Amino acid sequence: MKKIVKVITKNESKEWIRCNGCKKLLYYEELIENKKVCPYCGYHFRLTAKERIEYLLDNGSFKELFRNIKSDDPLNFVDKEPYRAKIDEIEKNGGYSSSIITGEGTINGINVALGVLAFEYIGGSLGAAMGEKLTRLVYYAIENNLPLIVVSASGGARMQEGIISLMQMAKLSAAINDYKKNGKLYISILTNPTYGGTTASFAMLGDIIIAESKAMIGFAGPRVIEQTTKKKLKEDFQTAEFLLSHGFVDMVVERQNLKQEITKLLEFLP
Amino acid sequence: MNTKFLPFEKDLEKIYLAMERNPKDLSLKESFNKTLKEIYSKLEPFDIVEIARHPERPHSEDYIQSLFTDFVEIHGDRCFGDDPSIITGIGKFNGKVVGVLGHRKGQNLKEQLSVNFGMANPEGYRKALRVAKLISEKFKAPIISFLDTPGANPTEGAEERGIASAIATNLMEFFNIRTPIIVVVIGEGGSGGALGIGIGDRILMLKYSIYSVISPEGCASILFGNASKSKEAAKSLKLTAQDLKALNVIDEIIEEPYGGAHRFKEETIKNVGDALEKNLIELVKIPTETLLHMRKEKFLKMGVYREE
Repeated sequence: MKKIVKVITKNESKEWIRCNGCKKLLYYEELIENKKVCPYCGYHFRLTAKERIEYLLDNGSFKELFRNIKSDDPLNFVDKEPYRAKIDEIEKNGGYSSSIITGEGTINGINVALGVLAFEYIGGSLGAAMGEKLTRLVYYAIENNLPLIVVSASGGARMQEGIISLMQMAKLSAAINDYKKNGKLYISILTNPTYGGTTASFAMLGDIIIAESKAMIGFAGPRVIEQTTKKKLKEDFQTAEFLLSHGFVDMVVERQNLKQEITKLLEFLP
Repeated sequence: MNTKFLPFEKDLEKIYLAMERNPKDLSLKESFNKTLKEIYSKLEPFDIVEIARHPERPHSEDYIQSLFTDFVEIHGDRCFGDDPSIITGIGKFNGKVVGVLGHRKGQNLKEQLSVNFGMANPEGYRKALRVAKLISEKFKAPIISFLDTPGANPTEGAEERGIASAIATNLMEFFNIRTPIIVVVIGEGGSGGALGIGIGDRILMLKYSIYSVISPEGCASILFGNASKSKEAAKSLKLTAQDLKALNVIDEIIEEPYGGAHRFKEETIKNVGDALEKNLIELVKIPTETLLHMRKEKFLKMGVYREE
């Protein structure tokens, strides 16, 4: 979330934010109350993984699992800076040590295994720590007979982990394959943005796939496609609604209704 | 010897031109071979990227032509169309029935254009899965998959028809194919587009091929902020066969003569054939349930992370 503008009125200082959708100024606290959805145009602001968990699960029900699995640097990768320094710094400052939070909790009283990708950690990219945490969550859900819910927000593969990152797509697909045979219901929730190796593996393998309203979802990014084809893309290209009309997601849901829609599905389970 | 010289082969090209002018000077030929060996024994990762992309490098079609007899090509995904960028079929390898999958890059510019330089569409991946199932279920035959693509097709059409969904489905469903699968990276193993037909029991890689999550150019422009840093990016990405073997991602490196497969097609194809034969003999002995379990475990254990 960017650009928090401080506006000083007569006696008080209030925080305002400009909507990325309709450009209106919004009162920040009201926006938070509205689950970070613009009350005027319905624009969905991006959530942190922690906010997502808060909005989805029953208050206080979340129990984090596999927190001890942390990003490593398999290639000793260096671009503008060493990757090792980058992950160490994020860990020190933000407390995150991978791009996913995994655990279990309840949704309107129903136990679920939940994985939420953290876009705020290197763009929610698919590194080996995420691969391992999510794999363990999948098998945890099988062992404990829990529905599996994964909320994606990811730019795709973690380039700094090279081929190891690519192989996480295979690893997670193998795990999901086992869940399909021995598990309950896997609900994949696609939020803005979900791209690349994340989309082309576990995110598109849900028994049920729900896209959050207006989310951008695809494999190749729009810029890459425009550069390759030299054509301007349609306005709704790669939106949640576009995926729905092309038959690749089961439903598009507004953030306010997400918990309720998931609850309905979970309650249908035998 | 007459081939397109790569940027790091300048010295070789000079000698070659001298040989053209003085065909009787035998010392030049000697000097050519010596220089070739020198250059190829100290290649940088980006040099290998260029060899892997050499237009005259043998492609899936060449391996199929040379290694398989009675090859029957199978077309179409029974959904939308037939993607020529992925070739699928069935034939005989050393007298035994095998199924074949592979990216098709094309032998000349016209063909390259018609197969979109090996960048496959969703229907290509769906065809590959359909044929893999057919081969394993009806013919009970093992499958050989040749990887050689810059990546999946990045176009509006590919997205509309669900390229992500097609690749994801393959990644999952190939774990259920009940006959052995050998994957051979013969040129460019370009990201998800390669992995989409890259799940197998053995992953072999030619010495001068690459396998990477992103092209060095793409990585340079995103992470280094400058597309001209491709050489640095190629080094950082650890995309050579040697790197991947060290990382335990591949099982075996297939030898390729100094000078590369584009200069020594027959020898390279023979090396691939030998490696396939050796691995097939091992794999067909493994009981099906064990095979499937091992395939899954192979990929489940891929990953480097800290556990504290």
